[in-house]
Amino acid sequence: MSSEATVTAANRPAGAPAGSSSPADVTMRLWRGDASGGGFVDYTIENLGGEVVLDVVHRIQAEQAPDLAVRWNCKAGKCGSCSAEVNGKPRLMCMTRMSTLELSEPITISPMRGNPVIRDLVTDVSFHFAVARRIPAFHPGPREADGTYRMAQVDVERVQEFRKCIECFLCQNVCHVIRDHEENKPAFAGPRFFARLAELEMHPLDTLDRRELISRDLGVGLCNITKCCSEVCPEGIHITDNAIIPLKERVVDARYDPIAWLGRKIRRRPSPTPAYVTAALAPAAATGEVISTEPAPRATS
Amino acid sequence: MTVVDQTQGPPRPTPVRIGGTRGGPPLSTVLRKDRWRLQPTLTAIGLLGFIGYSIWAALRNGNFYAGNVGRDYLSPLYSPCITHSCVSAGYVWGPIFGGWWRISPAWLILVFPGAFRTTCYYYRKAYYRSFWLSPPACAVPDAGSTNPTSPRHRYTGETRLPLILQNIHRYTWYVAVIFAGILTWDAIAAFRFPNGVGVAVGTLLFVVNAVFIWAYTLGCHACRHLCGGNLKRFSDAPVRHFFWKNISSKLNAHHQLFAWCSLFSIIATDLYTWLVASGTMHDPRIF
Repeated sequence: MSSEATVTAANRPAGAPAGSSSPADVTMRLWRGDASGGGFVDYTIENLGGEVVLDVVHRIQAEQAPDLAVRWNCKAGKCGSCSAEVNGKPRLMCMTRMSTLELSEPITISPMRGNPVIRDLVTDVSFHFAVARRIPAFHPGPREADGTYRMAQVDVERVQEFRKCIECFLCQNVCHVIRDHEENKPAFAGPRFFARLAELEMHPLDTLDRRELISRDLGVGLCNITKCCSEVCPEGIHITDNAIIPLKERVVDARYDPIAWLGRKIRRRPSPTPAYVTAALAPAAATGEVISTEPAPRATS
Repeated sequence: MTVVDQTQGPPRPTPVRIGGTRGGPPLSTVLRKDRWRLQPTLTAIGLLGFIGYSIWAALRNGNFYAGNVGRDYLSPLYSPCITHSCVSAGYVWGPIFGGWWRISPAWLILVFPGAFRTTCYYYRKAYYRSFWLSPPACAVPDAGSTNPTSPRHRYTGETRLPLILQNIHRYTWYVAVIFAGILTWDAIAAFRFPNGVGVAVGTLLFVVNAVFIWAYTLGCHACRHLCGGNLKRFSDAPVRHFFWKNISSKLNAHHQLFAWCSLFSIIATDLYTWLVASGTMHDPRIF
């Protein structure tokens, strides 16, 4: 390892700022292994400057570790494939510039530790898709007389923010409700799907009332709004403030607010638990899908 | 780990696997290299400092009204002043609680803003991180989560007593609006001097305090919901949409900032009132 060598005017990498203390080599500490176990392996590689973490990982793959498993696709922060934990922080590798990291120390890259590992930096994200299937889809009311739907711009602009989600699942990975307490997985949707639910609940044409589902089966009450999902979101979606807290408030309307309950009684509004939502509440029974409540074993480094 | 065979049910593109061996080192190993302890530590110091100051100010039970030095300043920790001791201090409003109420009137007041701030979504984040350590920082394990014998190994969030009571936040907000109105009245009263209307340094403090209190109260997430966030179609309620978009949402974006600013402005206003009322400090009049 020669990470102590520093950049001089003669060998400064392209793109490295003058006066930079970037070393000529960097050490990347990658987690290698699979479900049977694994550990960190150091790779020392030339610091070319102007790169993102994924570029360096690709160079390691090309030059030193051809069997390294890493998932990637667009390299532009739009596909959400290259999620990992860089120096312990959940991030997209393609959007993490090397110049923002302390290069004089080894840079640690581990897979998303909230998900089961498949191999090296690749994890199994199928849990999240299982949750997605539990959410009743968009359900518009009848069309207007001319056969169309109309929405005012002011009504749709609020949900546009949630459409930015690239499903990198960094928020799901960092959420301590399931990261640190995996037994909650069957009863908790996670931040990405609270954003999806907020999008549906706030959609001006949608007619379903999912509040009972959100409270009882998708566990919005488990969230203690510590905002880690918002902190790690590469798209800058305000998941907590604009999705989860509004959902919590809507659940309060439906379940905990006696004045709202009285208002519904007086105005004879329907119960907040319509039959179609009740039917949607039992996807496990309907599809044969089983969600294990056994705590997952953890790999040792 | 469970691998679900979905061949028995409707056709699915992929089998679903839940659980399984995690990658990376055990979750108890914190890989973060930044100073992640700093923020929860500072938050804990700030909140404990305010709690400690409030207790001291409540126990003081004196010099909370500066009428004795020609200033209509009433400490926000004692406002509205509704006990017999307020009359003794020269405050003109009639007491609601008679002479039998012997302890500090501040205790009657603190419970309401205290409930508002305790159930506030921002403060919940702050104390869950700083005191509960649940989690202390992102990608740092919850206290007790990695120890199977710990009583905190299991996590139920805000689904059970007592934390399910956080859902009363909107009711505490209703009361907080009343208190914001009272503090606004106190700020207006601070312009009143024995020889007419004027402005002193204390007056400005009271005004700043009222502004921060309103900014914090109207930026509350419950306010944002009630004033329009609960609507499906904003186009049906343009006035509520205007309030939601231009007032509550804009203030809500800085809710954390106003939470702290209002906390410090309350301390500053109370401290200043105490210093002026006790004669420790002269309140310079500007005009």
